[in-house]
Amino acid sequence: MTGTESTGAGTPGGARFESIDEVRDGLAAVGYVADERIAGVVYLADRLEKPVLVEGPAGTGKTQLAKSVAEMAGSRLIRLQCYEGLDEAKALYEWNYRKQLLRIQAEQSASSWEELEADIFSEAFLLTRPLLEAIRSDEPVVLLVDEIDRVELETEALLLEVLSEYQVSIPELGTVEARQIPMVFLTSNNTRELSEALKRRCLYLHVDYPDLAREREIVRSRVPGISEELADQVARIVRSLRSLELRKPPSVAETLDWARTLVVLGIESVDAAAAKDTLHVLLKYHQDIERAAKELLAADA
Amino acid sequence: MLDLLSGFVGELRAAGLPVSLTEHLDAARAVHHVPMEDREALKAALGATLVKSGAHWGAFETAFEVYFSPRSPARAPGGEGGGEEDAPAPPFSFDERAAAAAGTPGAGGGTEPMSAAELAALLMRVMRQGDRGLGAAVARHAVDRYAAIEPGRPVGGTYYLYRTLRNLDLDGLLDQLLAEAGTDEALTALESRLLADEYRARIAALRKAIEAEIRRRLVLDRGAAALARSVRRALPEDVDVMHANREELAALHRTLHPLSRKLAVRLGRKRRHHRRGPLDFRATMRASLSTGGVPVEPRFRHPRPSKPEIFVIADISGSVASFARFTLELVYAISTQFSKVRSFVFVDGIDEVTQVFEQADDPATAVRRITTDADVVWLDGHSDYGHAFSEFDRRWGEQVTSRATVLVLGDARNNYHASGAWVLRELQRQARHVYWLNPEPRQYWGSGDSIVDEYAVHCDAVVECRTLRQLERFVTELA
Repeated sequence: MTGTESTGAGTPGGARFESIDEVRDGLAAVGYVADERIAGVVYLADRLEKPVLVEGPAGTGKTQLAKSVAEMAGSRLIRLQCYEGLDEAKALYEWNYRKQLLRIQAEQSASSWEELEADIFSEAFLLTRPLLEAIRSDEPVVLLVDEIDRVELETEALLLEVLSEYQVSIPELGTVEARQIPMVFLTSNNTRELSEALKRRCLYLHVDYPDLAREREIVRSRVPGISEELADQVARIVRSLRSLELRKPPSVAETLDWARTLVVLGIESVDAAAAKDTLHVLLKYHQDIERAAKELLAADA
Repeated sequence: MLDLLSGFVGELRAAGLPVSLTEHLDAARAVHHVPMEDREALKAALGATLVKSGAHWGAFETAFEVYFSPRSPARAPGGEGGGEEDAPAPPFSFDERAAAAAGTPGAGGGTEPMSAAELAALLMRVMRQGDRGLGAAVARHAVDRYAAIEPGRPVGGTYYLYRTLRNLDLDGLLDQLLAEAGTDEALTALESRLLADEYRARIAALRKAIEAEIRRRLVLDRGAAALARSVRRALPEDVDVMHANREELAALHRTLHPLSRKLAVRLGRKRRHHRRGPLDFRATMRASLSTGGVPVEPRFRHPRPSKPEIFVIADISGSVASFARFTLELVYAISTQFSKVRSFVFVDGIDEVTQVFEQADDPATAVRRITTDADVVWLDGHSDYGHAFSEFDRRWGEQVTSRATVLVLGDARNNYHASGAWVLRELQRQARHVYWLNPEPRQYWGSGDSIVDEYAVHCDAVVECRTLRQLERFVTELA
């Protein structure tokens, strides 16, 4: 019975997209500018039914990628935010023991222990947490495991069964297999090395700061009402800033904030004064702002 | 294709990437799903399945360029190109445009080498317009003209690259363009700066194109596997710090920053979670309320173990300077994990530089300033461990307490001076631990004027520390 179920689940899961170009165009339609690599990996993840581990500096659109894929595929997004101390009860499932207690008290005299046990360890008393929910869902879902590097090395092991077999074993209930294969994205800010076992089960995608052309595209697609010249200028200034040795180079998210600020202020073209006044949107350290002002705007001041 | 893939995986493994059998199988499955003629998609597929770390991407890219280099008929004259192997880029149009742009009469293709003047003119055009196709054409012609590739020589192409670049004089060109950008009255300072960065990016792109072109020809000449062996480079964490060239040092620097952050997080966690403290009675009682007063889940206090105090004593004489800098930078980057870090540098005299680190914004700048600020030369500027150690003992010896861990960095090449090993014996008696980090390969220890064995008897351990990987392992155990 389990065999038929898993093959049945395998067939429809594997073909959400026709081609790499379709992925890229689809992502562009929901406002995510993907390069060749990102689109290729998303396409493969669908075809090979494998999770994607997305790594890269903060604010380069790792989480947004999962959201956009969900939006493009018309799937529900289930999100598991990781933190230190995350455990089985928060990630997989938990028995609703208060309800179980009530159940036992409600029929103190009635049935035998065996019946009761079978009853209180049934699905009615199960609290599903994100991972189990993603597996049990009937409609297509995208599972996002955010900032996986925040959990301890040992906790990672919780994920392994879900990621490779798409199933969850519950001792009292048996194995819950996936009704459909969800697309899984794991993001990491690279604050520690993830275990080999986890990496082996995933496709790996390193998302770095975009190049000039792609950043310009991103600005144009995410910031409504921005002129082409301004977008170009923004992208070029940000590239120059990233080439300086800053404590925290501006992320894509900050670039977008900056571009929006400029649009709201009605600035048509960035000159030194405008840049100086708005630089704090882009850079978050005092030394960085001083340094950028000195390097980029010195002669005009 | 599968053979090619196996060869490629073998090459990655030889370069030091950990590619497991599962990953190899995944890659084989993945290539079925991408169109073969799409080189970028192939690269994405192989990269996603075989490379599981951002730091290894560079090594992967090099190997990929060699194994899956576009064998486009760049040298073929206009008509014959159609019969060549899979070419992702349409090569002829570039050639024609290039020829037209340079004003070559009778543009039949790239067979006849351009004159130096024509090439220079074309190069200037590329720089001003930033046309990628044209850039590729320039790269091709430049390699034709200057690289003088000798068939069959087992080299990696660095020399050809050097020869081509020297003739093109890209640095000179950049200076010229920058000067123009700087003096143009119509531009504001911001604009000229942006323009300068744009030129820099174009030059870098051209350099890359030339490199790829040379590599492509070498592959045609000698085959992928042979060339891959020649161009293979060590991963950043495996580079020998003492013998790293400028480019490798820059790569090391880039790795150092995330590494130190990772170490700090890992050490912090280890400290908090490694041991359980005593039972926290109050918290346990509080938690028991939700289970009807039965203490189901005992709570424990988190232990706060004391952090070690670190004394770094580093030899910064020429031969080991870069190693000392790296280690100091790393130690300071994770200094929150230690209760106190004090650092001393010496050649034949010794000076304390803790101040320099405390005043600077970040360790990197401090490390740069050490060389100028510290007063480390006593007589002749040749390493004299004996004198430096006895000075240390005289001036700061009493401050080393039983909470301190002493790290000595150096190759212990003492130029046949007195060893002063008694200082280390004293230090070992006072301090909790004394470690010696030696950046030399173990087999050279004790050869020539190296007297590391004499010091070793007074150290808790002497550690060979040639690469970042070894350094990382040591620091993890230290804290």
